[in-house]
Amino acid sequence: MTATDILCLVPVLPLAVGPLIIMIMVAIKRNYELTYGITLLALLLGFAFIFYTIPFVPHSIGPLFVIDHFSLFFLGIIILSALLIVLISYGFIKKLSGFKEEYYIILLTATLGAALLAMANDFVSFFLGLETLSISLYVLISFQKRKRLSVEAGVKYLILAAASSAFLLFGMGLVYVRFGTMQFDQLAAQLIYPVHLSPLLLLGFGMMLVGLGFKLALVPFHAWTPDVYQGAPTPVSAYIATVSKGGVMAVFIRFFFAVHGYQNHVFFIIISAIAILTMLLGNFLAIRQKNLKRLLGYSSITNMGFIIVILLIGNKQGVQASIFYLLIYFISTIGAFGVLSVLSTEDKMVETMKDVKGLYWRKPWLAAAMTFSMLSLAGLPLTAGFIAKFYLIFEAVKADILFLVFVMLASSIISLYYYLRVVTAMFSKTGEEEKTYPALSFSGGLALSFISVVILFLGVYPGWLIEMLIKFVGL
Amino acid sequence: MILTDLILILMAGALLSWIVGKWSPVGARIISLLALAVDLILTLTLLNVPVPSGTQWIVNWKAEWIPALGISLHLATDGISVLLLLLTFFIGIISVVISWKEIQKKVGFFHFNLLMALAGVTGVFLSLDLFLFYFFWELMLIPMYFMIGIWGSGEKTKAVYKFFIFTQIGSFLMLVSILTLYFIHGSQTGVYTFDVIQLTGTKAAASTMFLIMSGFLAAFFVKLPIVPLHNWLPDTYTAAPTAGTLLLAALLSKTAAYGLIRFIFPLFPAAAHAFAPAGMILGIVAIFYGAKLAYAQTDLKRLIAYSSISHMGFILLGVFAFNQIAYQGVVIQMLAHGITIAALFILAAVLSQRLQTRDLNQMGGLWEKAPMMGGIGLAFAMASLGLPGLGNFIAEFFILLGTFQAHTVMAVIAVFGLLASAIYTLRMLQRIFFGKLKTELRFKDLTVRDGFVFASLLILIVWMGVYPRSFLNISAPAVKKTLSVHQDQMSETAYNSVTTFSFSNQIFETKNLR
Repeated sequence: MTATDILCLVPVLPLAVGPLIIMIMVAIKRNYELTYGITLLALLLGFAFIFYTIPFVPHSIGPLFVIDHFSLFFLGIIILSALLIVLISYGFIKKLSGFKEEYYIILLTATLGAALLAMANDFVSFFLGLETLSISLYVLISFQKRKRLSVEAGVKYLILAAASSAFLLFGMGLVYVRFGTMQFDQLAAQLIYPVHLSPLLLLGFGMMLVGLGFKLALVPFHAWTPDVYQGAPTPVSAYIATVSKGGVMAVFIRFFFAVHGYQNHVFFIIISAIAILTMLLGNFLAIRQKNLKRLLGYSSITNMGFIIVILLIGNKQGVQASIFYLLIYFISTIGAFGVLSVLSTEDKMVETMKDVKGLYWRKPWLAAAMTFSMLSLAGLPLTAGFIAKFYLIFEAVKADILFLVFVMLASSIISLYYYLRVVTAMFSKTGEEEKTYPALSFSGGLALSFISVVILFLGVYPGWLIEMLIKFVGL
Repeated sequence: MILTDLILILMAGALLSWIVGKWSPVGARIISLLALAVDLILTLTLLNVPVPSGTQWIVNWKAEWIPALGISLHLATDGISVLLLLLTFFIGIISVVISWKEIQKKVGFFHFNLLMALAGVTGVFLSLDLFLFYFFWELMLIPMYFMIGIWGSGEKTKAVYKFFIFTQIGSFLMLVSILTLYFIHGSQTGVYTFDVIQLTGTKAAASTMFLIMSGFLAAFFVKLPIVPLHNWLPDTYTAAPTAGTLLLAALLSKTAAYGLIRFIFPLFPAAAHAFAPAGMILGIVAIFYGAKLAYAQTDLKRLIAYSSISHMGFILLGVFAFNQIAYQGVVIQMLAHGITIAALFILAAVLSQRLQTRDLNQMGGLWEKAPMMGGIGLAFAMASLGLPGLGNFIAEFFILLGTFQAHTVMAVIAVFGLLASAIYTLRMLQRIFFGKLKTELRFKDLTVRDGFVFASLLILIVWMGVYPRSFLNISAPAVKKTLSVHQDQMSETAYNSVTTFSFSNQIFETKNLR
């Protein structure tokens, strides 16, 4: 291992070292605040080191990892999202009964897994990262051990994720049988298009798609989403919707582009069908949903459908647009889950329309933050979501896939309905019953104000970020 | 920069009145009034700025926004948009004044929404960059959503979703068109830009251009609205609070008419010509369909809403006549209709607040109880049906005159629209103010504040009717330039089609004027 190798890995080191330190510390004496502080520090260091690493990229570490601007951007998005989720977790986790320091240990290992995925360039590192992430998630989802729903969700996720991992592994195996290599770029070198894909290879890629589709909750592999989102502790739902999807999406994009999947007719049709179904079905299921966590789950399905459209666009600009979209989607989603989780306590979860009804008249600032997140998810102007959606549609029109553009637009129109329904509920008059919400912790407030400011700022002044993406990100 | 100031003042006023409204509702109202008054005065100073020769723009300002995607902040104003800006701020002031007593809860947030919606409208009237235009076009919606959703009445939730989804479908189709145009222009010239001035003159296959134009038309037709797409309008107008109805009827419908003038013809001259007969027919259908339904209504607010559809039909007719006279008529119609419809809706609000009903069957004989109100009602009913001496007459007369040159038959049919509007307007007047008195409630005549509001509206509409030149002179250079840009391109594209007749007519006319 050379010095440059180590320099390039510096951003993920705090994520690996952090859990170790906390574990030792917990073994000596439990201290919630200190654990929380170390977690924050680890994530902040990781985020800061990304900038430090920029001059050394692109760089490959052995056959397993590649650090380029693409992975650094994803790393940045993943760590930033994890940081925001830690901030919004503070109050909620603090009031849980039982041990809570472990939450932060596992959250860091999960983030480590997602970060490895963003850098993976080989089936081995791919699977390694994915399992680090998934296994951590099993624990996180059932973290509220006393709640039946939470445990149920954890078990559900465990069984299904394990099955999908098996699919993924099998697929990888079949691809390996054909090419004798597990490295993305060597695979790419052997696949010169137009090439006739043998049934074996098709099956291999197909099974990998099933595995990935499950993790990203693409239709028809989405069925686990609502139950898991509802059962998991609210910050963890935010984590599944953002960080875990970010990591998987990064490796998906890298792999798909490496094998030039968009040039293959069969894949084009399959991915188009999945994208269309994902964009539409997620919406239809969300329309009548009264539970906000389930609703946001469906919303995450739809948004993943939007992002995989760039797999079909198949060029650098599409990837840039999708990174922008992903970032904005993450921030808005964390904002929405964040408001729910700062309002929740273990005994009284705030998660239905009824719970947030009239929120504006009681907690105007939180309602405002939620409104910004919802408007941003709906893609309305003055919020970053407007620019993100515009940018993605812009690239799709450019790539001349108009039928997908129309599905995207139709899906946006339907989604307006349920995002606005949440806003309407918050602004409508409440009954007489008194609702009590816990006091807002400093860190929760900080995260939500940061999110609101970013949503508004990028909605008005997005040029610099787009320029940065165009300048740096390629594949 | 004065044009950005206009928008920023409104946005700053919006934020400030939201914050101040928490402690002092009156403070919020006064801040809104001040912001609008400052904007009105700033716009009035624009009238004295000489128009640089060879251009229609009084002020033309451009700065980078998202250069990577070719998006700029390009704001400009000409004679047409300056008049519409004046209307916007004037109606804005009226809206604040009439909400003084009507809106009593969450006053700060109400004025935030009011001013943000006005900022969106202002932006639409000023944008010369298609992305910016789309941005402001969408921006108008959210404040309207809150205004209707929170302060509305009746089936407001249903109305607001209908409104939102209808307009959003139109907007998205426009978005696809904007992007397609952008990429066609970019691939031809290598310059990727959303700037309208640069996009003018983009050429592509006739069918492609027609499809792109249809996207724009979809957005404008929903908001105008034309007849098969008007479904959202009566519900939304009825459910909205009075200030919201004013915004919708007097201003938001004008943004669509403005879009037709500003974008459709300069960008798609050939396609627009091909579409002209269909556009005129749609206009005529709207005139008669609106009138017929207005006649059948018993709900006063719905009646006025349908009458608005009918009057917007005249605008559509004039827009597709492609000549200066018709265009001048359209400009005046936008102003006059804005003022008249505002007055009628305020009257409806005043009446229904006193009677606790909007049902025409329960009104009648109110003239004895409230002669002042009756007089005002009479005046604006006359304006609405196009009595000479009032603004709407000039407008509709010019439109018909222009249409007559372009397409005689259409003009002849449309004249009967005036008759239809006379019938339903007079019927409305009859049902409210004459006949047997039906109410037992104590009925107060207009308050001083209402009096001032109506007086200011009345002065404007009379001024417009008696001395329209003061308005026509402002818009004339812009109208001329808009049409001539479009003619230059027409001759370039060597376009030959069925509309040659109207086209040659129009060249003849401009030559005469020169």
